[in-house]
Formats: sequence, structure tokens, C-alpha cells
Amino acid sequence: MILPPVEPSPELRVSESPRLRDDTRFAAAKIAIFQYVAVAIFLFLISGFWKLEVKNPQFYDERAQQNSIKSVPILAPRGRILDRDGRVIVDNHSSFSLMLARESVKEEHLKPIAQGLDLDYNDLLARVRRFKSQPKYVPIVIKEELTPADLAFVDSHRDFFPELVLIPAQRRLYPQNGMLAHVIGYTGEISEEELDSPEFARYNPGDVIGKFGIERQYNATLMGVDGQRQQVVDNRGNVRQVIGIKPAIAGKDIQLSIDLDLQAVAELAMDGRNGAVVALDPRTGDVLAMVSRPTFDANKFAVRINAQDWKEITDNPEHPLLNRAIQAQQAPGSTFKPIVALAGLETGSIDDQFTIRCGGGASFYGRYFRCWEKRGHGSIKLHSGIVHSCDVYFYNVGNRTGIDNLAFYANVVGFGRATGIDLPHEAEGVVPSTKWKLRNFRQKWYAGETISVSIGQGALTVTPVQLARAMGGLALGGVWHHPHLLKALDQAETPDQWKLNPGNVKGVVDGMYGVVNEGGTGVRARLPNVEVAGKTGTAQLASNDYLKGTSAGRKLKDNAWFVGFAPRHAPEIVVVALFEHGEHGQLAAPIVRDVMKAYFDKKARLSAAAEEEQAKSLARLTSVRNLNIPGLAPVAVPAPLKPTPGAGEGATLQAEVPEGRPRASGLVSRE
Amino acid sequence: MARYLSRRDIDWPLLLITMLVCAVGVLQIYSATRDTSWHDAWWKQVVYVFAGLVLMWMIMVVDYHALLRNVPIMYILSVMALAGTYIIGKQVFGSRRWIPLAGGFHLQVSEFVKLVIILLVARYLTELKKDELDLKEMLKLSGLILVPAMLVMKQPDLGTSLTYLAILIVGAFLGGLRWKYIAAIAVVTVLVLPVSYSLLKPYQKARLVSFMDPERDPQGTGYQLIQSQIAVGAGGMFGKGPLKGTQTQLRFLPVPHTDFIFSAFAEEHGFVGVIMVLSLYFVMIMRVVQNAQTAADRSGMYICMGVGALLLFHMLINVGMVVGRMPVTGIPLPFMSAGGSNLWSNFLALGLVNNVRLRRFVN
Repeated sequence: MILPPVEPSPELRVSESPRLRDDTRFAAAKIAIFQYVAVAIFLFLISGFWKLEVKNPQFYDERAQQNSIKSVPILAPRGRILDRDGRVIVDNHSSFSLMLARESVKEEHLKPIAQGLDLDYNDLLARVRRFKSQPKYVPIVIKEELTPADLAFVDSHRDFFPELVLIPAQRRLYPQNGMLAHVIGYTGEISEEELDSPEFARYNPGDVIGKFGIERQYNATLMGVDGQRQQVVDNRGNVRQVIGIKPAIAGKDIQLSIDLDLQAVAELAMDGRNGAVVALDPRTGDVLAMVSRPTFDANKFAVRINAQDWKEITDNPEHPLLNRAIQAQQAPGSTFKPIVALAGLETGSIDDQFTIRCGGGASFYGRYFRCWEKRGHGSIKLHSGIVHSCDVYFYNVGNRTGIDNLAFYANVVGFGRATGIDLPHEAEGVVPSTKWKLRNFRQKWYAGETISVSIGQGALTVTPVQLARAMGGLALGGVWHHPHLLKALDQAETPDQWKLNPGNVKGVVDGMYGVVNEGGTGVRARLPNVEVAGKTGTAQLASNDYLKGTSAGRKLKDNAWFVGFAPRHAPEIVVVALFEHGEHGQLAAPIVRDVMKAYFDKKARLSAAAEEEQAKSLARLTSVRNLNIPGLAPVAVPAPLKPTPGAGEGATLQAEVPEGRPRASGLVSRE
Repeated sequence: MARYLSRRDIDWPLLLITMLVCAVGVLQIYSATRDTSWHDAWWKQVVYVFAGLVLMWMIMVVDYHALLRNVPIMYILSVMALAGTYIIGKQVFGSRRWIPLAGGFHLQVSEFVKLVIILLVARYLTELKKDELDLKEMLKLSGLILVPAMLVMKQPDLGTSLTYLAILIVGAFLGGLRWKYIAAIAVVTVLVLPVSYSLLKPYQKARLVSFMDPERDPQGTGYQLIQSQIAVGAGGMFGKGPLKGTQTQLRFLPVPHTDFIFSAFAEEHGFVGVIMVLSLYFVMIMRVVQNAQTAADRSGMYICMGVGALLLFHMLINVGMVVGRMPVTGIPLPFMSAGGSNLWSNFLALGLVNNVRLRRFVN
């Protein structure tokens, strides 16, 4: 570029160009124009800076912060769910969730991301679009429970997809095989409809909330408050500085009244059958076990449930999502008879000496009603009527008592309204009465209908939990506690009470004792050493005549019921089993027996252990007392309290629970 | 003649302003490249500045008339060198602009061709010896300049090739191009614009489109424009302070030490800093124009005005891009952007101005 120096000669310029022509004055005006143009250009540039830096710097400052400050959620773990002994039923386990940082998400990236993570592209695209209206700091969680392959994909594509952000998360771990699935329920991402409803107003899109069962009922307790970490990132997403951390507040654990030992027995007893089992402590309303079959695997819901699994569950004709223990409204059949007897006794329409003759059937209002025993039961009183479940006897009792008295006492024991159990969507059942018929059908009640209701048929329907509560309260002499699953209630529960004549109660309860122990229909529920009382029920779904004419199978077979409680005079447990299409109540009895046996076996084991423990500590205390340390005044050691068997829960019971709490995976086998 | 040259006659104010701008540039390069792989760019820039001063002195010593006499050779060498970059040029940032030299330095030929263009325009217009430029001569001159301009555009480096045209336009305007021709050229330009748009490379089209509507694709081609505006706007009145601009330090701002150095400066020093530096540039250009006014002859005047046009055009395109008022064309800010070729080309241009100044007294 640099040329050899040339000695410039002054002659060159002088000779080549005449002076006059070579002055620069001719361009002076144009140079001035250039200067004006320069001024204009500089003003143009300065006005640009003025607009950006002086007129609205806040706007750009905010955008600069949006660039560099990213908020990453710290997901709060949900509270665990424990059984009454503190054993873990529902736990969490650590996993990674993957979210999209919305500031840097590109739509054309979604396809390779969906492929790499084995997600449905259209789902993902729809999700991203759905979040468009949300503020940018709301993250989109696109996959939970990342597999090692997913993690490797994210790690190796960090440069290509800076929008992918891994966050540690806690995932729900439910019992396997659908154990307790209906009680616990499941969680899921909040839906659009839920967001619009006032119940969920305080939640944000993407929040995982309880959708069903206990998870939903106690969502506010179980759900923690997510925290947030504000960090400064560079253009590649590398964290340069953490500005602030708002720690997550973990959800609270809740303890259920469920006893896993009983639950496991009840689950096994119902294996392969449809129906429900409910075990209550009638003295408190504690639900000790609750089974509904068919069941479902709540773990499929723990992450986002895929469309196919959801369809499989909702399209199932047997409705596995129905919690039959609180939602199945079925005719109680003969299990209603003790209440009919009670209504008759309390209203005085019969006494315990009231006798009829059963010849296998009887006519009322021009129609012949059969007894289940075609040969007839002969001469029948209250006690034998309950023991043998004689239909003709109860036709007469019902007929004498009248539908409205029956309905009144059905209401007293809690039928026809929700028990108030702490689960969503409880069914109420139906107690028919003249008023009920008038209101719902605008028709008058026919006396013949009373006859059907007397043996628990007709329009009468109850849920298993209603039946358990009704019998438990009756056996206690007229105190009906509200069943509940939460062990420690926030507010003291006030039971429903009705003053019953103790003699009447005794008559009914003794009859139910006879059902199990005096050769009645419930012999299969008998237990040695424990006075079990109970009642079978076989509820028709259609008239037997119709059934004979068709070959319709299971669908129209009778439902089998059994309700039992024990001990007879001071009931501690009441168990109801509904065995759908079980044909006869006798078949439901063993289910109840198994659960009761587990209860009393455990109780005996615990009191034995408690006694042993008591003896040991007594020995320790006496040895301390006998120590003679010089200079030390003898210390007054309180005498040990005598253990009260059965009521000694708390400290002694806790000691029995082994240190390593068994994980709530699979059915816990009987010890 | 040489003995009349006096060190006192050098345009010291111009040199002082230039050194101030260079100093601001070095500091900003330091701030923008901290903790990056270019973290040594600032002291390289210091070395380039001093090398630039030497080059300036070297070109000052040679009488510009002698340079003008050798314009044909320089022109031919330039065209050959530009063609040569195709063969030995290295692919950097998708453009073939560079010729590798020893020591890892890459020379950008098109930067130095600017000086040849300035001299070419000066000599051509001087030799006409007329106060008016007729259309025939205008087309001839345009043809001469379009050859290297097309070669540079092919590299592809639209920004630099446009600087050649800026020099031509200002030269033609001073040389006495009639207003009606100027109007005709403007009309033709408007008509040809859609055609030339179709000749642009896809990325150039995308840049133009995103200039019109940067938010349309904020992560793509509009990204640089948006990030630059955010950086400038976030600076506010007094700036975030040196080393404290988040856009610059966290690298949301693209190439904050070269093309977008003024965004980085605006973010960290605010409107006040911007006004101060722009004032320096304005005075710098006005000094160059003043040297044109005091030049001893027309060729000197044309040389100075060519340099002034070059600097003004760089300011308009680069700073305009920084505030989002010009599309992204990728030309550096004189004396501030990191990089040797442009810096030396600018020092050589100032050397030409001083060259004319030193010989302004006709005796």
C-alpha cells in the first residue's frame, strides 16, 4: 500500500492546473450543505438515544432484567399420608422434572424436544400455547419423573435447547395393586375448569393438586407452598449469581384412622370380587379400613396420566373410579331388618312377644309376598325372626309400623343423608316415605310398597358406610358418630343421638348375635372368644321371575351384604361387606369375619406386649428404688399404672411399631 | 517542499480527539470482553492504536499528489486483492473478508480499498477541471467504483461496499453534479430498490425485514436489534456504570466489543456518556471538513471530504443500527470497535487529512 516516496515538484501543480481553477471556493456552499447534513445526522442519532434512554428507560430496564433474571421454582414436597400407627401409606420420592424457560422457548425446537423426550408433539405444542397468556415467569413443566435417558438427552442438548431447565421435584408414591386407592385418591395438574372455579382460585396453572379422595379433601394441608430461586443467568442460561431464595414450605403429613393391618386383610378378602368393605370404630367414628373393588393404580395418576390409561379407566363398565364404600347406593336387603324391628319396638307396634306364623309367604293388599324360605319358618317371634331373617315376620312388622315410622327410624340411624365422612362426592342413598313419594313422583304411597321396604327392598338404598354407621350406633344404644378418615380431627365431632329403649336395643342386638352364633344365616362370621353379632342381606336387583326367564349372568345376580359388630354389648368395631352379585349374604360374612379377626388378634397381641413392657419397666423402677446412693435423698418414684387393655394406645402402642417403618408398597401381609 | 513541513502544522486537536475516542474504545472493549475468550482484545487494541499512529505518520510524509499519481496502480492492485480474498480468504462469520497474515492476524482488504476509493474520486474529479459534473463522467466514475464495490458485496459485505458508494455520492455532489441528476438518481434508486432487494442474500433480506419489525422474530434475526435497543434503553440517563451493564456483561448483546460496542457503551455510561462521545465524533468530522475548506487545491479538498463522508457514513450506519434506526449491516464504529484493519484504515484516512493539512500553504 505504501508507495515509494516521490519527491513532489512544485512545478507540477502550478503548470498543470491554473490557479484560478484550482481553488476550493467553488465547493464552499456544498461543504456547508455537508455540514448541515452532518448536524442533521447527529441529531437523528441523538434523538434515537433520547427516545430509548431518556423517554422510557424503565421499559428497557425491565426487559434487560427479564433477560438476565430467571425465576426457577423450588417445588414443595407434599405431605405424607400415614396410617393410625404412623406407618407410611403415601410417600414421596425425589425425581427430576423438566421445565421450559418461557423467556427463551422457540416453537421450532418443540419437535426435536418432543422426539428426544418421547413426548407427544401436539400435546406439547398445545401446552406451550396454553401458557401464552401467563406471565413469563410461570414455568411450563413438560415432563416429570425423568428417566436416565431423558437426563442424558437434556444434558447433551444444553447448547441447542437453552430453554430446557431441570428442577428437582418430589413425586407421589402410592401403594401398589390399587390398595386404598379410593381412600387416598390421587393428584394431578390443575385443569382449566378447576382454575375457573372459586375452590381453586388461589392456585396457578401447572400446580399439582389433589383430585380425588383424601388427596383432594385435605389438599390444603398436604400441599406445601412452592418456593422460588431468583438467579442471574447469561445468554447461555448459565447461572452467574443467585439473587434471592424463597424456600419452599413442605406440606404437612396427615395421619389417617386407617389401620394398615386391617386394611390389608380387607383388601385380600375382597380380592377378585367387586364391592366394598368398611370397618369403623363405632365409639369414635374412626374408619379402620375401607376397600372398594374394582380398584385402580393411583401411580398412573401420580405423573400426568396419559390419554390411553385415562380412557381405559373411565370407559371400564365396572367403574373402577367409583368408591363403592361411600358411593354405591344399593338396596340393603335383610340387613335393614334390625332397623325395622327397632322401629316396630320403639313405636310400640310390636313387642318382643309378637308372634306370627310363617308358611312360606303371606298376602298383603291383594298380593302374595314370598318368604325366602319356601317351606316356611313356622311360629316366629322377634328373636327367631332376626336369627332366621324371616321375611313374613318383617312384612307384618313393617305393615303394622307403617312406612313413615320406618322412614323416621331409618333417618334416625342415618340413612338418606350423607354421613359426613371426609371424602368428596359421598352419596346419600334414598329412604322412601309418603312425603318422599309425593315430592318426587307426585303420587300417593301404596301400602303394598311398605311390605317391600320392610325387608330392605323397594326404593330404599343405602351406602356401605351408612350401614356400618347405622349398626354401630344402634349397637351402642343410640349414638351415631360421624365416620372420618383423619385420625386427629380439627374440631370435636358431635355424634347424632337418639334416646332408644335399652331393652329394645338388647332385643335387636341379641337377635343379631343369634344370626352368627345360634345357627342363623351368619354362622360363617363366627369367631372364637369374641361375641360377634351381625346380619346377612341378599338384595335383589331384579325380580326373581324375570331372572329365571333370561340367561343374563352376573349382572343381575343378587348383591350379598353382611354387617357385623363385636363384642356384642360393647362394640369396638363394626364391619360392612358388600359383595356385588355375591348371590347370598352368607358369602359376605367371611369377609367381615376376617377383618374382625385381624382386629381382635392385633388387640390381643398389643395388650400382651404392653403387659410385658409394663412388667419390664416395673422391674427397672424397683431396681432404681432399691439403689442406695450415699448423700442422696431417696427419690419418690411414682408407682406404675396398671395397663388397661385395649385402651392403652398411645405410648405403649407406639413402642410396638418397629423402628423401620414398612414402606407402603404392596399389601402388607398379616403379621 | 519537505523542509516546510512542520510538526506544529499537524492537526493536533483532531489527533487529541481521536486518541480520546480510542481510549474510550479500549476501556469499553475491556469491559465488554471480560471473562470471555476475547479478554485480551483490549491490549491488542492498544497495540493496534499505536501501530495506527505509525501508519498515519507514514502516509502523512508522502505528498498526497504523489499518491494521486499512483492511483491507477493502487486501483488495479485493490481489485486484484479483493478478487484474491476469494481464493485465499478465510471463512469468518460466513463472509470471506479476510486475508490471513502471519501472527494470527487477518487483514480485511476491503477496509484499505476505501482509501484507494477516496484517492480515486479525488483524482478523477480534479482532473475534470470543471465546476460541473456531467452525466457521462458521472457514469464513468460510478463504473470505476462499482467494480470493487461489487466484489466486496459478493464477499458478502454489504456495509463496506456501501461506504464506497457514500464516498462516490459525496464526491459527485461536491464535484458539481446537477440537481436534476441527483433527483434522477434518487428516482432510479427508488425504482431499482425492489429489484436489488431480490438480489440480496437471504440473511440480508431477513435483516432488512427484521429491521422493519424486529419483534416478528425476537429470537432470530431481530435478536441483535432488540438486544441492542434493550441495552441502550436500560442505560438510562447516567448508565449502569462501567462493568455493570447486564446486557453487555451477561452477553445478551451480540458482539459487544465490535459492531455493537456503542450499545455496550450506552448501557454502561448512559445518555450523558453518549452525548459526550458523539460530540467528540462530531468535532472530529467538523475538523476534517475544516481541513477540506483550507486545502490548498481541489484534490486535497476532495480527499478530506472523502474521509469526512466515510466517517459520517460509518456513524450513521453503525450508531443508527445501535438505536434501531438502521438495519444490521455489520460495519464497525470508527476508532472504537475492536479490530486492526478498520482502525488502521481510519488512521490512514486521518493521515491523508493531515497530509493535505500539512501542505495547505501554497507558496
